[in-house]
Amino acid sequence: MKTVKRTIGTMALAAIMVLTVSCKDGNKNEPAAPMSNEMHQESMDDKDNMAMNDNQDAKAVLQDYFKLKDALVETNNDKAKQLGATLASTLGSFDASSYSDNEQQELKDILEDAIEHAEHISESDMAHQREHFKILSKDVTDMVAITGTEMKIYEQFCPMYKNNEGGAWLSMNEEIRNPYFGDKMLKCGKVQREIN
Amino acid sequence: MKFIKIIAWLALVALIVIQFFPITLNESDTVPQSDFMVENQVPATIKNRLQVSCYDCHSNNTDYPWYSKIQPAACYLEDHIQEGKDELNFNEWAEYSDRRKNSKLRSIISQIEEDKMPLDSYTLIHKDAILSDEDKRVIIDYMTALKDSLE
Repeated sequence: MKTVKRTIGTMALAAIMVLTVSCKDGNKNEPAAPMSNEMHQESMDDKDNMAMNDNQDAKAVLQDYFKLKDALVETNNDKAKQLGATLASTLGSFDASSYSDNEQQELKDILEDAIEHAEHISESDMAHQREHFKILSKDVTDMVAITGTEMKIYEQFCPMYKNNEGGAWLSMNEEIRNPYFGDKMLKCGKVQREIN
Repeated sequence: MKFIKIIAWLALVALIVIQFFPITLNESDTVPQSDFMVENQVPATIKNRLQVSCYDCHSNNTDYPWYSKIQPAACYLEDHIQEGKDELNFNEWAEYSDRRKNSKLRSIISQIEEDKMPLDSYTLIHKDAILSDEDKRVIIDYMTALKDSLE
């Protein structure tokens, strides 16, 4: 009797254990929901402010992008991870509804791609962060081409990145601070274009 | 001694119980129109390499080995396949925008260049999935050409 009891006990325990470590942990497989809706309820309600709010979205993206760029200049892996995640969520809450259909489509493509790169930056080592940053920079540049910007931005370029393939980035300052090399070649690069 | 015995029983029972957990198999009979190989003119050799080395985790159809249907292996594989498909699904290639295709191709190239893909844990069992230097060169050249044609 005692053994039976123990066996039952063991089985119950095992079952509980298995349930806890089961791979079916809920909705893990669901694609990450775009965060666009909740955060931008206000701008939806307030049609008058819409144009301005959209500009605000682009501005928020740029600000987070610049912070990320600075972390890369510092060669700070952890900080860049955090800022990558922040940027991904800022990109996710971009509301493109006030743009024309064509622009919306274009922005959707850009944002989708940019979010993926920002997410990768949030979980990669330094070298990969910089690789993703290169494409992310192109996405953000293309975004600015559509949204425009109030602040003056410099597009800068370092011809040496990735075995002389080169890499561009955006900065608010004219002075070069290289996000692809950091300390190693802090001032490598030149201003390619001024965007305003 | 008694303690070890209990642990052993526990493990055994656990192993049996988890066999009853359902697995969602990543299987599909049809190749969708949006597939990479449908959209692009892929040379037969590359087609074959991609099928063997990549498609198990990067498409909607996995060629399952026998042990994969036994837990906990199945559970482990399911996660991997899901992750692989989230990252890149060759079956959905046509649905990606040009911009994303570009990004994906760039990643494909760098992952292969750096020997990150196919995963070591995968090639450990799938010896035929290992890419030779020649395979790598051919695939990288093809993907690079494709990427350039999109730009």
